[in-house]
Amino acid sequence: MAELITKGNKGDVSKKGKQKKINVRVDFTPMVDMNMLLITFFMLCTSLIKPQTMEISMPSKDKVTEEEQNKVKASKAITVLLGKDNKVYYYFGEPDYENPDFLKETDLSSDGLRQILLNRNEEIVSKINDLKKQKLNLQISDEEFKKQASELKNDKNSPVVIIKPTEFSTYNNMVEALDEMQICNIGRYAIVDIAEGDILLLDNLTHDNYAVNKM
Amino acid sequence: MPAEKVKKKSTFIDMTAMSDVTVLLLTFFMLTSTFIQKEPVTVNTPGSVSEIKIPEKNLLQILIDPNGKVFLNLDKPQDKVEVLKKMGETYNIAFTDGELKKFGLSNSFGVPVQGIKEFLSLPAEEQDKVIMNYGIPADSTDNQFKAWVKFAREVNKDLIIAIKADQNTPYPMIKNVMNTLQELRENRYNLITSLKNAPETKP
Repeated sequence: MAELITKGNKGDVSKKGKQKKINVRVDFTPMVDMNMLLITFFMLCTSLIKPQTMEISMPSKDKVTEEEQNKVKASKAITVLLGKDNKVYYYFGEPDYENPDFLKETDLSSDGLRQILLNRNEEIVSKINDLKKQKLNLQISDEEFKKQASELKNDKNSPVVIIKPTEFSTYNNMVEALDEMQICNIGRYAIVDIAEGDILLLDNLTHDNYAVNKM
Repeated sequence: MPAEKVKKKSTFIDMTAMSDVTVLLLTFFMLTSTFIQKEPVTVNTPGSVSEIKIPEKNLLQILIDPNGKVFLNLDKPQDKVEVLKKMGETYNIAFTDGELKKFGLSNSFGVPVQGIKEFLSLPAEEQDKVIMNYGIPADSTDNQFKAWVKFAREVNKDLIIAIKADQNTPYPMIKNVMNTLQELRENRYNLITSLKNAPETKP
């Protein structure tokens, strides 16, 4: 509602030359009211945060056979088993059923699995950190950084991590494990179904009955 | 001398500045925020350091609740209608135009295809109440979920698949969905997570 108050020129028809003094003061209170209402509405009905995503690509079913997977393993492989109660077990290389201490227990916290992977991936992590510094000092462009980083990550000598979630792990465990791959700059990793042998190893170590309820 | 005259103060406050501020705030909210999508179940997504933003268009969202119930959402109403038509043809259910339109305007859907007719005839509030008891069958005996995803892909080639699951969903439920996607040769998809700060990696 705008109010235009005109002053002192009612009936002054004779004084034509005098300029009309018009008070053009508009009352903005209703406008503010309305805006406040709209702001409240927007604050309640919308969200500012856009959800993040994690892109993963799984191997297609017909191409990858068990043999091909085993080929990669050999020396550079780390197998991570996601167990009950957010526990994580891991071993390096080929499974060794004779040695009971072969399978080790850790967790998904920052000094659990992450330290192991960082140690294992030391060379690449330090190289990528160097690259990051260069990027910060504007020596290389963003694109260049991405290109070089992905080259480093997919290097033939980089470790391969095989994530095997058991029936008792949760989605959160899986996402956290995938997250560790990103933090530790591991370019080659895969989610694989758990094998009989791994269940055997888990049962030997923990006696938690992993074999029961196996689908 | 007359007593000092009480000044007549004007109680008119200038609201122009206030109005400026509110308009500014309003513009900010309108531009930066997105509307909250109504979902049949509340889902706590796990946190990750990933910083990739989710695309807004051509998204097929697969919602998995802690009990392993599956719900789907397509962002375009016309896609939803097309997919439902195809589902109807496969399962020999004829949907009327009214039902198709109603389905296109709904949010997430997650009712077995046989029950959709009955479900759509319910009033909106009733729908919200009962949808959480259903979920799309995704087991091997009657994998309707597979059919939905397959038809959605046929209808829209540029579809991006995103899985949004609760932190506490047991892995077998996720594996089931992932295996189904694998059978359909959908090998690239997104996992929706919430933001967690990335730690510094020190060697």
